[in-house]
Amino acid sequence: IWVSEMLQLPLVVTAQVDLLLVLVSLLAFWTRLSHLSYPNAVVFDEVYYGQFVSLYMKRVFFIDDSGPPLGHMILAFGAYLGGFDGNFVWNRIGAEYPTTVNVWSLRLLPALCGALCVPLVYLLTLELKFSHLSALGAAVLLLLENSLIVQSRFMLLESVLIFFVLLAFFSYLRFHNASWSRYIWLILSGVSCGAVVGVKYMGLFSYLLLLVVASLHTWKLIGDKTISHRNVCVQCVHRVLCLVVVPVLLYVFWFYVHLSFLNRSGPHDQLMSSAFQASLQGGLSRITRGQPLEVAYGSQVTLRSSVSQPIPCWLHSHKVNYPIRYDNGRGSSHQQQVTCYPFKDVNNWWIIKDPGRQQLVVDTPPRPVRHGDVIQLVHGMTSRFLNSHDVAAPMSPHTQEVSGYIDFNVSMPAQNLWRVDISNREAESEVWKTILSEVRLVHVNTSAVLKLSGVPLPDWGFRQLEVVADKLFKAHSSSLEWTVEEHRYGTSQEQKEREAELHSPTHIDVDRKISFWAKFVELQWKMLTVKQEESEHKYSSSPLEWITMETNIAYWLHSSTNAQIHLIGNPVSWGVGNLSLLAYQLLAVVYLLRRRRGLKDVPDGVWDQFVCLGCVCVGGWLVNFVPFLLMDKTLFLYHYLPALCYLYLLSPALLEHAHTHLLSSLTHQRALCVGALAVLLSIFLTYRTFCPLTYGSPELSAHQLQGLKWRDTWDILYRRR
Amino acid sequence: MAKAECTPKWNTLALRNRKTCPTPEKSFQTTFTPVSKDKNSQTAGLLAGGDTQSSNGPSGQFVARGSIESPSKVLLMLVAGLSFSTRLYKLTEPPHVCWDETHFGKMGSYYINRTFFFDVHPPLGKMLIGLAGYMSGYNGTFPFIKPGDKYENQNYWGMRGFCAVLGSFLPIFAYLIVLELSNSCTAAIIAATLLIFDTGCITISQYILLDPILMFFIMAAVLSMVKFNQQRYRSFTASWWFWLVLTGINLAGALGVKFVGLFVIVLVGLNTIGDLWRLLGDMSLSLVDIAKHFLARAFALILLPLILYVTIFAVHFVVLNKSGPGDGFFSSAFQSRLIGNNLHNASMPEYLAFGSTVTIKNLRIAGGYLHSHWHLYPEGVGARQQQVTAYLHKDYNNLWVVHRQQDNNSQSGNPDLVRHGDIVRLEHKETTRNLHSHLHEAPLTKKHFQVTGYGINGTGDANDLWQMEVCGGRKGDPVKVLRSKVRFLHRATGCVLYSSGKTLPKWGWEQIEVTCSPYLKETPSSQWNIEDHINPKLPNISLSVLKPNFLEILLESHIVMFRGNSGLKPKDNEMNSKPWHWPINYQGLRFSGVNATEYRVYLLGNPVVWWINLASLGLYFTMVAVASIATQRGFSLGQQRIEHSLVLVRGGGLLMLGWLLHYAPFFTMGRILYFHHYFPAMLFSSMLTGLTLDILFRSADLLLHPPYSYWFQRTGQLLLLFSILYSFYLFHPLSYGMTGPLAHEPGSAMAGLKWMDSWEF
Repeated sequence: IWVSEMLQLPLVVTAQVDLLLVLVSLLAFWTRLSHLSYPNAVVFDEVYYGQFVSLYMKRVFFIDDSGPPLGHMILAFGAYLGGFDGNFVWNRIGAEYPTTVNVWSLRLLPALCGALCVPLVYLLTLELKFSHLSALGAAVLLLLENSLIVQSRFMLLESVLIFFVLLAFFSYLRFHNASWSRYIWLILSGVSCGAVVGVKYMGLFSYLLLLVVASLHTWKLIGDKTISHRNVCVQCVHRVLCLVVVPVLLYVFWFYVHLSFLNRSGPHDQLMSSAFQASLQGGLSRITRGQPLEVAYGSQVTLRSSVSQPIPCWLHSHKVNYPIRYDNGRGSSHQQQVTCYPFKDVNNWWIIKDPGRQQLVVDTPPRPVRHGDVIQLVHGMTSRFLNSHDVAAPMSPHTQEVSGYIDFNVSMPAQNLWRVDISNREAESEVWKTILSEVRLVHVNTSAVLKLSGVPLPDWGFRQLEVVADKLFKAHSSSLEWTVEEHRYGTSQEQKEREAELHSPTHIDVDRKISFWAKFVELQWKMLTVKQEESEHKYSSSPLEWITMETNIAYWLHSSTNAQIHLIGNPVSWGVGNLSLLAYQLLAVVYLLRRRRGLKDVPDGVWDQFVCLGCVCVGGWLVNFVPFLLMDKTLFLYHYLPALCYLYLLSPALLEHAHTHLLSSLTHQRALCVGALAVLLSIFLTYRTFCPLTYGSPELSAHQLQGLKWRDTWDILYRRR
Repeated sequence: MAKAECTPKWNTLALRNRKTCPTPEKSFQTTFTPVSKDKNSQTAGLLAGGDTQSSNGPSGQFVARGSIESPSKVLLMLVAGLSFSTRLYKLTEPPHVCWDETHFGKMGSYYINRTFFFDVHPPLGKMLIGLAGYMSGYNGTFPFIKPGDKYENQNYWGMRGFCAVLGSFLPIFAYLIVLELSNSCTAAIIAATLLIFDTGCITISQYILLDPILMFFIMAAVLSMVKFNQQRYRSFTASWWFWLVLTGINLAGALGVKFVGLFVIVLVGLNTIGDLWRLLGDMSLSLVDIAKHFLARAFALILLPLILYVTIFAVHFVVLNKSGPGDGFFSSAFQSRLIGNNLHNASMPEYLAFGSTVTIKNLRIAGGYLHSHWHLYPEGVGARQQQVTAYLHKDYNNLWVVHRQQDNNSQSGNPDLVRHGDIVRLEHKETTRNLHSHLHEAPLTKKHFQVTGYGINGTGDANDLWQMEVCGGRKGDPVKVLRSKVRFLHRATGCVLYSSGKTLPKWGWEQIEVTCSPYLKETPSSQWNIEDHINPKLPNISLSVLKPNFLEILLESHIVMFRGNSGLKPKDNEMNSKPWHWPINYQGLRFSGVNATEYRVYLLGNPVVWWINLASLGLYFTMVAVASIATQRGFSLGQQRIEHSLVLVRGGGLLMLGWLLHYAPFFTMGRILYFHHYFPAMLFSSMLTGLTLDILFRSADLLLHPPYSYWFQRTGQLLLLFSILYSFYLFHPLSYGMTGPLAHEPGSAMAGLKWMDSWEF
């Protein structure tokens, strides 16, 4: 019966298509995706992101302190789709891509994200409860913004970031407004938040803003006495799960993917700890694979300093003595130099000796060295004992000199006993382990600690790094910690044999792994603390210059003609955005003061809508702009683009608000409409004018370029013919 | 609901609580005698007074205000007595220069000697130190060269005593503020106890430093603000005006000592905005009334402090009228008003001529003199030639000789004047090298070219030639000494001599980078003036140099100060203190002495006090969250409970805001930070602790039934008191001096007290 009833009904598909939305989306795809592979050359920061894409393709480990890995992974995914094999040298802006590189696919994903921003802004305006006309206005502003187009069309990350930010806000507001299938939107919002923070650290501020908005809404929910306590609890838990737990888990997940992809050693290895390096294929693990784990009396080891500033280095000695007198007239012990040397060398080998016994070979079974044991360290090639005494060190005179002991019979007795202090014994073990244990060597006579001071020695020390023993040390300083990197059990009694043994490579096979969490924490910490050289760039700018667009960035110049691409925004749109920001703030102040005096200019519903608009748009602008004022980094105009998008969201909505609630007379309303149309038209015309600088074609003459230099401070390049 | 039931009992409890307030003082007395021996007689008197008060208590009627007044006066005396005795005890030890006394003591001396100097802080604090020294008979002759110098026979106690007295007011102010905010003398006494027995607060108050003065003004400003808030129902009365104006005066004082005073200004500003917002919502007030309120506050909190602040600077400039070590930081015009400066009533040849010896000063504020010295640029930094920098101090290495393109020998007769557009060669007088530039990138500003000293005895190459231009001049105009702005355009590359203002690393002796900029925009960085001008062949003319007006001086000195402040970057080898170290008391500062043989003073907070503060911050947030969720969800709360949550949100909120404002901004600062920067925030944190813990103890009846909850409250208070006193007993050597072996060595008096590895005592 049920079936027959079914069959009697007509089979109908009702579909509502928002033609405006479809139209702007199509236009967005057209403006962002057409001629995507032109110019067929490395454009601006592609040279920076490109190297990481290549490393992904080759699965070689790297550290980039500019942001978490998701952004790089998205770019790499695009490259992977196009079959890029990573064999391209990213060394110069403007270098031509060979035909083997599929430029289109490299740039596809950012461009798609950039294009999708336009319909998203449209939908977001609707969710802010403004009309379709406003939504169209916002979409058009975004559509015709030259700087966004430029930034989307290359292998850069801003458009990806903006896309996820907009998606997060849209889906959250959708969740807030919707009455059914809400939690899908909430989850989507959480996922986008995870992506936002995963692409760039700047996204963190947008995420925090979203959390603030969400907690305000939740606060209202808690105050709603019509809902039962249980229901409130459940809803709160859902929000916390989706908006806090999911993003955090995702953030960790990006690193998980990153680390499991990149399992080969590469150029950035040396920044990481020995244990981390050993977990990568090739590099250190090739050397250390199969080493004995526990350091024993008679072990031959190389000791690596745990600091990697200025460069990673190993405890070293060689057959040269400290000069009797330094340049400044101070005297030294004239004993053998002990330094830290940044290259692998046979002189980096030391032998652990039991002070009570003569022999330098490992017993069977080996007697492992434990925390608190007293040892001597014998230099493998010269057989000198590691020694320290109350003589000022060459470069850091407040600390003790460390030397290879030579007895000159000048009443300077050997003080060559060192106590092993394993500082991570709680986490690891009491036994000194290769790679894993971080060890301090405490000088028994003076209780000074062996320390890398990091100061390069003058010519007499071959510019190697100074090693000292320091009595007054900061307790937690990695310059005191040393790890055993290469290790083997010594078998040769005779010095000659031992030298041959030291020259031979270490081998034997065991695989050593550290957990994902340890790697994650170490990588994250390194990313946040690695300080790259503060460098100035020709096109860097200060945040205050962005508001008025005082600067531009030249992205690309054709190798022979005047064709060029610049990051220049649409000046009219920027003006509109700034104006609406100012207008909103003024209006908000006036409204607030008047409401406080009991004069309600707009009904409560409209007021809520107005406040929500401000929270999202003005708040979004603030969190994406103000942090830059406090940052000590090299900044560029493109850092302003996320903030700019919020302004474009604000402008049409504010206009609509003014149209419906501020202007009462019909003529004023009409005048506003005409004004808005005129502004839109001029925005379109400006867009057209700057198109040659946005798309890099057609080529303009020097005279035409001069005409496009609307501001004196813009740097537009002219080629001398 | 259970809570509703216990409210009546609560009232009686609260009543008892009030009466028993003075009890803690007894235990203060007994445990504390070893330290405050000299005050024994006084405190004994206080004890008696306290006893009579408490015995009076039960008989007296319980009136909300009055009941607080009487014991609180006694408690206040007690707090004052303890505070002064802990701060003034062993004031003159150690009898040598400790830590930053070397700066601030020296600057006090400068005031006494009226010598001009430069410092990154505004002058009020140092003026007061100077005044205190002057009044106590210090004659300003001690050089304060480095920490550890013995004072010998100098009268340094006056300056230390002045700081210690101001520092002693801090617990008193804290007591009054918390009392005002919470209406509970238990809370107030907890806050005051925390501060009195904090070794850090004691140490920082006992030396010639700006911090006690700064904190005095900060706390005084907060106190008068809180008092002013209490006057809200008595608008425009005398006491209303009194507290309002006092707030303004203290704000000016705080800002006049250090720029950190800005944070308390923000706090008062936010409080005032909130206050005005409340008034605006009060419909019984007409707009005219509100305008009056607004204007009164604008006058007392903006205009008045501004006037006072400017006055402080005016006094500063009037007092310091002799040339001193700070001259070079300022423009030539500024220097001309200092007695003893070579520009004061200067007489020198008016127009620059070939063969003259000159110093060339950059026009950027604090731009420095064009300078060179024998040292070369290190390897890897451009060409390995002699360094050229900008140097802020006067030095014979700042002298340059102006030569013609070719001839080196001076001709007889009147020398030719240098005119706009002439090609010159600048020879460094000391090293006889020429100012030189070439197409290597500059050491720091990579967009620019390197400037070096090149050649010997005046023979160089074509890269040594510079075209001299007078800004706004035409061809043939002569170059006026001091008054012309000139630019040096490099002939070969077309770039302009430029001072970037960036500090060179160690190899450049931390002087300022000089480059040759290819961007020819006219900015002060690329403009120079001729300051000293020596040419015996030209007649000297007394120059009536443009004396700058006061506002220009004020602006200039501020820009110089700000630049100086942001220029205090951490050095490579120095361990930098991070803001997150501070609240956990991670690491202190060595005030005096390093090793076992020396008399050591170590600035470190009393760990128990600081960790209680830290825990209370978390506790505060939890309690506020619980209270506000309960309110928002509409749970019915008893009267007492509602009062508590109001105190937490209003009073606690104010203190929390104060803490945040004095702490959070340090995270964004690029300059070098020290542990002692946290102390203003620590004051707020301690006051918040007093308020929070008091309410926590009083809310014990949420979990326990009446007799137990009362016991809990009592035990909690006593335990708190005991732990603070005992920890003070343990750690007091940090402030009052330690000798003998360090804590981790055997036989130390501080053995076992090194609870964190990072402490260095």
